[in-house]
Amino acid sequence: MESLAPIAYLVSSVCFIMALRGLSHPESARSGVVYGISGMTIAIITTLLLVNSWFLIIVGIIIGGSIGAYIANKIEMTALPQLVAAFHSLVGLAAVFVAAAAFYSPATYGILTPENDIKLISLIEMSLGVAIGAITFTGSIIAWGKLQGTISGKPVNFPHQHKLNAALGILLLVLVFILCGTQSFTVFWLIVALALLIGVLIIIPIGGADMPVIVSMLNSYSGWAAAGIGFTLENPLLIIVGALVGSSGAILSYIMCKAMNRSFLSVVLGGFGGEDNAIAGVDNGNKQAKIGSAEDAGFIMKNASKVIIVPGYGMAVAQAQHVLKEMADILKAEGVEVKYAIHPVAGRMPGHMNVLLAEAQVPYDEVFELEDINREFAQADVAYVIGANDTTNPAAKNDPSSPIYGMPVLDVEKAKTVLFVKRSMGSGYAGIDNPLFFADNTMMLLGDAKKMTEEIVKAMD
Amino acid sequence: MSDDKMSLVDYAAELANKAKELAEQAEEVAIQVGNAASTSSAVDHSFFMNGLTIFVLACFVGYYVVWRVTPALHSPLMGITNALSSVIIVGALLAAGLAESGFSVFMGFLAVVLASVNIFGGFIVTRRMLHMFKKKEK
Repeated sequence: MESLAPIAYLVSSVCFIMALRGLSHPESARSGVVYGISGMTIAIITTLLLVNSWFLIIVGIIIGGSIGAYIANKIEMTALPQLVAAFHSLVGLAAVFVAAAAFYSPATYGILTPENDIKLISLIEMSLGVAIGAITFTGSIIAWGKLQGTISGKPVNFPHQHKLNAALGILLLVLVFILCGTQSFTVFWLIVALALLIGVLIIIPIGGADMPVIVSMLNSYSGWAAAGIGFTLENPLLIIVGALVGSSGAILSYIMCKAMNRSFLSVVLGGFGGEDNAIAGVDNGNKQAKIGSAEDAGFIMKNASKVIIVPGYGMAVAQAQHVLKEMADILKAEGVEVKYAIHPVAGRMPGHMNVLLAEAQVPYDEVFELEDINREFAQADVAYVIGANDTTNPAAKNDPSSPIYGMPVLDVEKAKTVLFVKRSMGSGYAGIDNPLFFADNTMMLLGDAKKMTEEIVKAMD
Repeated sequence: MSDDKMSLVDYAAELANKAKELAEQAEEVAIQVGNAASTSSAVDHSFFMNGLTIFVLACFVGYYVVWRVTPALHSPLMGITNALSSVIIVGALLAAGLAESGFSVFMGFLAVVLASVNIFGGFIVTRRMLHMFKKKEK
């Protein structure tokens, strides 16, 4: 068996690549999951054939598997971002445990030198793997807390924060260095403890709305941790999968940053935006926002020939996706063309809005990404903005003094009428006033996203 | 004031000492690296290089494959990569099934449990998400 294992691992690696490849289209995506499951099954069975006692393993898989299956079947789709964050934390912790196991039983993994020391290169790889794993663990827990609302989504800042983080980072490297020289168990656990602390410190300064970047970043970290462990255990499968996952998370972070026109560094350094900022002291002139009623909105949309719906995080919070679909169905029955426009950073994780709309059975071919639909706003009669704010702010295009200047936004103001559903006249997460509220063609619909849409549906009947 | 200055000087001296100690340790490690490089068998050495080769190539594969993922499926992508990264269970299985120290077996067992939560949870939640993506009925 031992000589066949590398071949089996290779097959399983190919399956994993096919799994990611499948996601290039919703039609092929389901086969992607089948590839993923097959790859994992091959990897696990192959490894089982290499070990001699199965009892603990089977017990572990049954316990873990049933917990995982239970949670995954129960979870609400709106809670997806925190679920993903929680799962990342488990990968991180598992990496720490595996590294510890290797550190205490190096012979099992064949990483000893003839003098019975752990190979230096393995020590370096091990400490990197364990550090990244531990950072992923606590970082993901903080991210989970912020997404779940257990911890405030507001950034936590204190003086000399970055200096402290940098100092701890250097200390971590010094400890790795010492570990390489001493192989001391104490130093190993010191590295773990320090990395756990760093994980907390790097995520607390980050505001709730930067979470799409952070969730992707932690996704990436969990991959690098797996790769680090793969190097330690000299296992190519772990290295390949770690690299795949790591680069996937990195690409997602890059896409999210680009969609916010911010550098990755500025997101990671944090401090941008809490949840409920008061209106910034921007002078609105003497302009008054037009406030409309559900009846007005229903009337306008029924008489439109094209409506573009722009959902944002507010829709997720209010769970308004189902009633939104109902509204779209009524409009379609009236002969109105309905499309959905999604900004890459809408919601709390990449692709969040797409999943919620899919949950409400909105066909995916009615849902469009920013660059595919932005030109169409000029031909639309109505843009129905529900729970989005900063991603529609025209200041990003024409006000160089705005903090979000340069961020790609949806050109909703080009539609004949903009219907803006919002709980209050407050600003978005960035604390920036949205001039769109006061535009001549905007009608504000003040109220909860779900209730307002329900009222519109009633009004249209 | 002068006290403050004194303590600052002391502190600086201590820091310098520590730096010296560290430098000595660095030298020691460097020597060890040198020894490791010269004494370790060719097989040991080649694994790191092989591993690195595999790693870099896999990063490129990941890069090109992931750029082709449609943005609408970014959430399922996170779900599935999350399940995939739990392939770390391979290391956990070896620990739980082979390790000579009881502590390592225990660590391996815990890691098996955690990774299993992720594997089952990750694949199931991804499948749930993907099942919801439907085309327009004609």
